[in-house]
Amino acid sequence: MRTAEAFRMALEALRVNRLRSALTMLGVIIGVSAVVILVAIGTGAKDAIEDEISGLGSNIILVVPGQLNFQAAPTQSRLDLADVAYVRRVVGDPSRVTVSVQSGESMRVGRNEAFVTIVGTDENIPNVFERPLKRGRYLTETDIDTRRRVAVLGSEVSGQLFGDLDPVGRQATIAGVRFRVVGVYDKVGATFGVARDREVHIPVTTAQRLLGVQRVNGIAIGASGPDVIDSLGQKVVDALVARYPGEKFSAVTQTQLLGTIGTVLGMLTGVLAAIAGISLLVGGVGVSNIMLVSVRERTKEIGLRKALGARQRDVLGQFLIEAVLLTTIGGLIGIALGVGGSLLIEALSPVPASITLWSILLAFGVSAVVGVFFGVAPARRAGRLDPVVALRSE
Amino acid sequence: MTAFEAAALTRSYHLEGVTVDALRGVDLTIGDGEFAAIIGPSGSGKSTLMHLLGCLDRPTSGVLKVGGVDVSTLDDTRLAELRNRMIGFVFQSFHLLGRTSALDNVALPLVYRGVPRAERRRRAREALEAVGLAHRLDHRPSQMSGGEQQRVAIARALVGDPQVVLADEPTGNLDTRNGDEVMGLLERLNADQGVAIVLVTHEPEVAGRARRQIHVRDGLIERDVA
Ligand SMILES: Nc1ncnc2c1ncn2[C@@H]1O[C@H](COP(=O)(O)OP(=O)(O)OP(=O)(O)O)[C@@H](O)[C@H]1O
Ligand SMILES: [Mg+2]
Repeated sequence: MRTAEAFRMALEALRVNRLRSALTMLGVIIGVSAVVILVAIGTGAKDAIEDEISGLGSNIILVVPGQLNFQAAPTQSRLDLADVAYVRRVVGDPSRVTVSVQSGESMRVGRNEAFVTIVGTDENIPNVFERPLKRGRYLTETDIDTRRRVAVLGSEVSGQLFGDLDPVGRQATIAGVRFRVVGVYDKVGATFGVARDREVHIPVTTAQRLLGVQRVNGIAIGASGPDVIDSLGQKVVDALVARYPGEKFSAVTQTQLLGTIGTVLGMLTGVLAAIAGISLLVGGVGVSNIMLVSVRERTKEIGLRKALGARQRDVLGQFLIEAVLLTTIGGLIGIALGVGGSLLIEALSPVPASITLWSILLAFGVSAVVGVFFGVAPARRAGRLDPVVALRSE
Repeated sequence: MTAFEAAALTRSYHLEGVTVDALRGVDLTIGDGEFAAIIGPSGSGKSTLMHLLGCLDRPTSGVLKVGGVDVSTLDDTRLAELRNRMIGFVFQSFHLLGRTSALDNVALPLVYRGVPRAERRRRAREALEAVGLAHRLDHRPSQMSGGEQQRVAIARALVGDPQVVLADEPTGNLDTRNGDEVMGLLERLNADQGVAIVLVTHEPEVAGRARRQIHVRDGLIERDVA
């Protein structure tokens, strides 16, 4: 018997039992669409976070005191502006190094008040981070050297305090001290839940006086290219350790962050896919069950086919193809629903969903394998039926 | 040439420790182109013998040659091929595929012979025309009378040009008129195409139309009248 013939027969058998075929497929449909949707959500989340990290700028190294791991409490910083100057010499190009001192403060303009993150920093911000201006100018070297009370506002702060007015040139008070706005940043969004549009940048020297501290929280370096990031980070850490023997410093790169987060979210996606895969298996058990019922019901038909010359492998093939068609047709419908569902989620909900080819291919492949795996036992039973027994059965 | 040659053929069934000897040593030769009836009381082993001759079942002991080939030398695949090429079956309860058209029912043996679809349909149509059902090609069994269904079954038996047609009580479920028509078809098949016919029956009138009557009782051939 030709394979095409076997497919025709199997399709015919499925068509004859339309409702039953549809219900049997349902398990596979749900399993496959769950795999596609859950993987899309996992991938979407990963993509979104990777976008955020890359959106910071490129080739950034953050140097912080202490050892960076998730168990330890943040170390009290011992770095000060002299250390920043030292790091600038180590790096070689001072304009590639910037600094931050941070504190939450309230800021007011007339009756408007906003709670903002004050970031004391310097003129090198645009050399290190991706931080375009909407209006006005960045901080300048003179602002830092002369400890000017000037501020560059994040876009949200600007909106809260000034509404539609252009804030450049206007006054605002931070912790009771009067500042002049010299610039407004473009909207950049949040990174790791840090609302960067709620930041207000002021000269680091001004910030230290305002907050009454000598320290800086961290140093950020923009490496000249991706291939020097790791060596440059290590060089800076080694230099700081040499300056403060016995203390620990860490250099964190975007690549490291991306790697860690990628691994965690990849695992999460895997777990989601596995859970969905289990429902696919359950669907497979349903197929097996129905195929056994079908073989029993069609005992007479099998006997007749054998009497007319069907070989064991013809009958086995017929039932196996039926099972595989059930799961693969179910798989295709499941993929269509999964893709549709993912697109809907992406369009209508805040949850990002990004459809991946591998999840579609995997889900389809698994449903075909499930069909073979769970179809084999019923199909063998059909193939082995003794023609006489089958014909005599009522 | 002989269609069937059986020597000391036995068939026993074992059921929950009880052994039923359905056939207890049958010697039988049926030549090409013969028309033989197997008659005997219920439970005498007629169907059992028929299934052995049709290679649907294997004997417990004894030798059976079909078309000169000892069937004990053939594996299941070869037996299936032998059935497909040599033997046509007609059953008391028709055994047609329920939701399949007459044409596709008749074409089924050719599917397992690997005949291409167009040729299958052509030959099936011819076979249906030969049994007078040219106007029922697309009907399903449920849309046909018992007599018509049995004629479809006969068309299916002859579509593959078999050497032998084995018919187990082909008129058993039919009224006299339809039974008569079915017998007429079998007779014509035998006379015109030289196909050997072996039919099992309870009815003396039906058996009387065969040229040879083989009487079976208690698993043995009691009388063989030519
Ligand atoms: N699969 C089986 N298992 C056990 N016993 C069987 C089986 N098939 C047939 N028999 C027994 O073998 C004997 C012969 O059965 P068979 O069907 O050949 O009789 P038959 O002559 O065709 O009868 P009928 O005219 O009623 O069709 C009977 O006693 C029957 O009960
Ligand atoms: Mg019988």
